[in-house]
Amino acid sequence: MRFNQMAAAFVGIALIAASCGGDDTVETEATTVVEATDAPSSEMSSDMSSDMSSEMSSEMSSEMSSDMSSDMSSEMSSEMSSDMSSDMSSDMSSAAIDAPSAIISLSPTATEMLYAIGAGDQVLAVDDFSNYPLEAADKMQGLSGFEPNVESIAGLDPDLVVTDGTNPDLLDQFDTLGIDHWEGPAATGFDDVYAQIEQLGALTGHVGEAAELVGQMQTDIAAIQVDLPTLDEPLTYYHEIDDTYFSVTTDTFIGAVYQEIGLVNIAEDAGLDTPYPQLNAEFIIQASPDLIFLACSKYCGTTAESVAERPGWESIAAVQNGGVIEVDDDVASRWGPRIVEYLKAASDAVASVAPAKTSG
Amino acid sequence: MSTQQQVGGRTGSDARAEDHHALLGRQPSGSRFGMSLGWFPVATVAVLLAVLLGAMIGPAGPVWWRVPLALLDHLPVISVDSGVNEREWSIIWDIRMPRVVLAGLVGAMLSIGGASYQGVFRNPLVDPYLLGAAAGAGLGATLMIAIWGDVGADWIIDPVPAVAFVFALGAVALTYLVGASFGGLRSSSTLVLAGVAMVSLLTAIQTFVLQRNSEVVREVYNWILGRLSTASWSEVRLVLPYVVVSTTVLLFHRRHLDLLRVGDDEAVTLGLPVLRVRLVVVIAATLGTAAVVAVSGLIGFVGLVVPHIVRLLAGASYRRLLPLTVMFGAVFLILADIPGRTLTAPSELPIGVVTAFVGAPFFIVLLRTREIAK
Repeated sequence: MRFNQMAAAFVGIALIAASCGGDDTVETEATTVVEATDAPSSEMSSDMSSDMSSEMSSEMSSEMSSDMSSDMSSEMSSEMSSDMSSDMSSDMSSAAIDAPSAIISLSPTATEMLYAIGAGDQVLAVDDFSNYPLEAADKMQGLSGFEPNVESIAGLDPDLVVTDGTNPDLLDQFDTLGIDHWEGPAATGFDDVYAQIEQLGALTGHVGEAAELVGQMQTDIAAIQVDLPTLDEPLTYYHEIDDTYFSVTTDTFIGAVYQEIGLVNIAEDAGLDTPYPQLNAEFIIQASPDLIFLACSKYCGTTAESVAERPGWESIAAVQNGGVIEVDDDVASRWGPRIVEYLKAASDAVASVAPAKTSG
Repeated sequence: MSTQQQVGGRTGSDARAEDHHALLGRQPSGSRFGMSLGWFPVATVAVLLAVLLGAMIGPAGPVWWRVPLALLDHLPVISVDSGVNEREWSIIWDIRMPRVVLAGLVGAMLSIGGASYQGVFRNPLVDPYLLGAAAGAGLGATLMIAIWGDVGADWIIDPVPAVAFVFALGAVALTYLVGASFGGLRSSSTLVLAGVAMVSLLTAIQTFVLQRNSEVVREVYNWILGRLSTASWSEVRLVLPYVVVSTTVLLFHRRHLDLLRVGDDEAVTLGLPVLRVRLVVVIAATLGTAAVVAVSGLIGFVGLVVPHIVRLLAGASYRRLLPLTVMFGAVFLILADIPGRTLTAPSELPIGVVTAFVGAPFFIVLLRTREIAK
């Protein structure tokens, strides 16, 4: 019974962690809520067209999402908060005032996006998982996205908090305190990534850089796809999250990434009802994937060698053809700009095992 | 003692008669003797069937009926055309068989550990994790994964089970010292309460460590739920010596446990060195439990319920109970692991979930039929 209590405690913790990690989220909407108290004053709306008031009027957001032709339903409730509108009316001509300058990011992915669009200087603090880029990691202040302490966050006096939206109670508390917040939940495809980058661009006054980044990502991905070798039948892969064979299905973002380069998940047709199944070792060996991606090389210490040493795994095609690839745990579990490099590495792996595949 | 009889579903007079025989060191006479002896062939057949069934059923590999042929084929001298190719044999032998054998060892060890603890503390609600073996192992593994997680690859042996093992033993030793410092060795309940306190303390530390290192929560949680899913022969080799030694020592003490059933004072009057017996049994049970917990994680329910199931079937005398719990414990966990790897194939169900989900209703039904039959 003591075991049960303990197990219950850990189930609890694990659930919290899972929800905070955002891995399980399949929501597609990125929600922006700017605390609403009163309607925009008339003198403001006159000046609204003066670009980048970054107060993200609803017109703007809709215009944006149509621009990027994404399928995201960006729900933006955007009236001005009272203090904001007074700021605005006092110094309306300057866009810099409007852009948040004390952002707290509780989402490692959002942190990477903010830095990639040049909004790094506006970041005040990041959560303890935001370890990239290095300058961002310097801004860790013991804030946890997993178990955030609202008082500590409020004490830093942020003008915007970005989260992955997996902790609704936290968002309610931000609302109560009148802290503006933006949510970028786990992406399900590249469109979500682009939409989140552009939304952050609009919020922080870096629309141009955001558009440029998105364009660059799209160009790079297209180039990667063009360079792919043509194969008679698609290569199969197994993405290993940890050394107890937890994996992903195509219903996850990382699964969608592999789809971009034509890889087929070994659990594709298994009809699994969870996006993060723990696969059975017999099944993996039987499926004999052409590629194995080790997404726990950093935290579990799994290497291509240690995989080859697992009893029974030597018969797997990936082990025989050098198709066991160690990938960065963090990049594999986020949906930030670095996913392009990830895709490049994966496509290089495809190119390296493709000859073995075609020769039979 | 009286609670044990109630759980055992036996009438007072039955149990008294049995105690009487036990105390006098006699075999129970007549039909009872025959009936109880009958359980050993049944248990042996059950073990063999469970192993075979476990080897035949899986989410991949050859058709089930080819598996016994393949196993026969790989025996020395015998040659059978099993039609099993290299990869399929690898699935049977490298993946499935170690898992079946490990499940058997873990189930046997946890069950006899639980039965011995129940005997030595004269408390039917006790499981082998009582004195902190599981909490200690959990803390050790958590610390290892959280703090030294990265060094794992460079070690010759996997440090997580090693540290879990040491922490499990340490936790029980600490509980024993705390209990002893209150003079609690004379009454088993003080030791039980010391165990409760120790488990809470260790769990609290573990929770704290997890909170500070939340990136490893999933890994630790996964470890705690039990990991038969990555079983290999090396793990079997790792725990086998502990299980054999521990089980042997416990089996040698089964008469002493019968004596203890009448109470500490009475056992002392009968010349039993109660404190020493309790210490030896606790050490032996803890050693085995710590070893299996270290490789397989915390598999709940087995150590608590298998002894009771055996009591309901074959009676409460420890002379029969202990050997039978070894066998039925193995059977129980081997069978529980089959749905664990096939029901949601190709994904896994945590073994701890299956043991409780299958075991609890089974236990309730058994309890009920025994009550009605009486």
